[in-house]
Amino acid sequence: MRLTPEEVEHVALLARLRLTDEERERLTTQLNSILEHFEQLQQIDTSGVPPMSHAVPMSNVLREDEPAPSLSPEEALRNAPDEARDCFRVPRVIE
Amino acid sequence: MSADRGLNELTAHELSELLGAREVSAQEVLAAVCQRVDEVEDEIHAYVLQTRDVAEAQAKDIDERRARGEDLPPLAGVPLALKDIYCTKSIETTCCSKILKGFVPPYDADVIERCRRNGLVFVGKTNMDEFAMGSSTENSAFGVTRNPWDLDRVPGGSSGGSAASVAGSEAVVGMGTDTGGSIRQPASFCGVVGLKPTYGRVSRYGVIAFASSLDQVGPITKDVRDCALMMNVLAGHDPRDSTSIDAPRPDYTKALGLDLKGLRIGLVKEFMEYQGRGIDAEVAAAIGAALERFCELGAECDEVSLPHLDYSIPVYYIIAPAEASSNLARYDGVQYGHRTPDDDGDIIEMYSRTRDEGFGAEVKRRIMLGTYALSAGYYDAYYLKASQVRTLIRQDFDRAFERFDVLVGATSPTVAFRLGEKTDDPLAMYLSDVCTIPVNMGGLPGMSIPCGFSADGLPIGLQLVGKALGEETLLRSAHAFEQSTDYHRRQARPISAGDGRRSAVARG
Repeated sequence: MRLTPEEVEHVALLARLRLTDEERERLTTQLNSILEHFEQLQQIDTSGVPPMSHAVPMSNVLREDEPAPSLSPEEALRNAPDEARDCFRVPRVIE
Repeated sequence: MSADRGLNELTAHELSELLGAREVSAQEVLAAVCQRVDEVEDEIHAYVLQTRDVAEAQAKDIDERRARGEDLPPLAGVPLALKDIYCTKSIETTCCSKILKGFVPPYDADVIERCRRNGLVFVGKTNMDEFAMGSSTENSAFGVTRNPWDLDRVPGGSSGGSAASVAGSEAVVGMGTDTGGSIRQPASFCGVVGLKPTYGRVSRYGVIAFASSLDQVGPITKDVRDCALMMNVLAGHDPRDSTSIDAPRPDYTKALGLDLKGLRIGLVKEFMEYQGRGIDAEVAAAIGAALERFCELGAECDEVSLPHLDYSIPVYYIIAPAEASSNLARYDGVQYGHRTPDDDGDIIEMYSRTRDEGFGAEVKRRIMLGTYALSAGYYDAYYLKASQVRTLIRQDFDRAFERFDVLVGATSPTVAFRLGEKTDDPLAMYLSDVCTIPVNMGGLPGMSIPCGFSADGLPIGLQLVGKALGEETLLRSAHAFEQSTDYHRRQARPISAGDGRRSAVARG
């Protein structure tokens, strides 16, 4: 598998990263050399091997849904780049 | 306790005795540490933020409580260096990324709450690779850290600042995180002790996420007893982390001082060579000598091969970036952190420019790699395949632990490398984690302890790996080894003038 600069641009869009022409060229070369190193995985027979997403065998850890104190609006918004009326403010998303 | 060592050069357990007997005050200890920081920080740059006001208030509080006759925890009054990855309430936390510059968390991480309860004194936040992605601390947005043993070399990474601060006596104990070796490799490069606990043993609540199925918090200390004392502080169940293990926390110091008779130790072939290429000869010799020492101490030693470990690098560099690309999606300029001043009124443009301006090159590279590995059409070939090989790696460990109690080998294939040596070659940098990554894949506890020095006087680290929740066996083995050697007593002494920016090794 060889990544083209166009595919790199597409992945950058998916990742919400804006690349300069130079970054795109460099990343294409670097990602290809890394992916080439990864090709060796295809030699391993993994038929019937379950995938492992986690080292600890536990799932669906539940707790009672009880109200508890949480951050005040002031505290939650203190790091906001932009805010208005106790909300995070962003550029318009709906026309 | 030797009179020729400054208070900042003592171990935490030595200080604990002096503080408990009221022979020294926490404020005196802090003053010695701060003096050291003032002397060497221009050279080493272990810290990105010094929190002297916080530390002075904490030390004063400890002294007052002790004067009132309060019974304090063992590490009360001991100066601590914190990797800049833990949320610390009211103290800036950046993960050494421009995207989090100025972020002041409204809450403490679980491990920070535990440190506060135990009376540790916060000297500052230490330098690290941005979002813990790196092996040399050169990926920090806020400058490089130098290795106290040789100022031309890296301290390792990503917890390089914490390791350098402890090795340079700019803190008494330190804390790091380890996703693929980020505690053990810098501990090895800086000649100190580092422990990555079993996945789930220490809470990740409030620890800025890199790869959530691999990240784990642990201590970096001057010796094994300090490591056990820090584990008593850090370990324990936390309902706020759904992967936290609900098992009782032992008193880890009880594991110290036991002999090694009958303990079965396996030297892992794949920790000594990668795909047939041997590790550095000096490192290999030191590991070989360490194995002999274990035999002399009564352990039964043999070699073992875990063949799938040879595939750890590709597996890790698919899984960790995949998880990272998802975790780092939260940095979008909306709730906290950097936002571009220049959004053209369009939200996609705002996201993309914010992330372009905020993230460094390695972080972008890994987000790209992870996004690609998870994208439509490639998921099976990369992420699924890697997750299956991860199972095979874990099964290799399980089989080895039927025969052995502890597995050992090199922590890193080399001693500390030179600043700039690998920054242009991402793959070469990735390969420096070859011995530590498999342990995170398996979620197992791993430790690095000093086991010798190269001809150039650079520290060499021995890695020990245990079964899940086998930290006590690691500490028992590491302590027995340490007590039969003097490597942990050597001190790095950075000097500033002339001398080719080299440090001098003082006493042995």
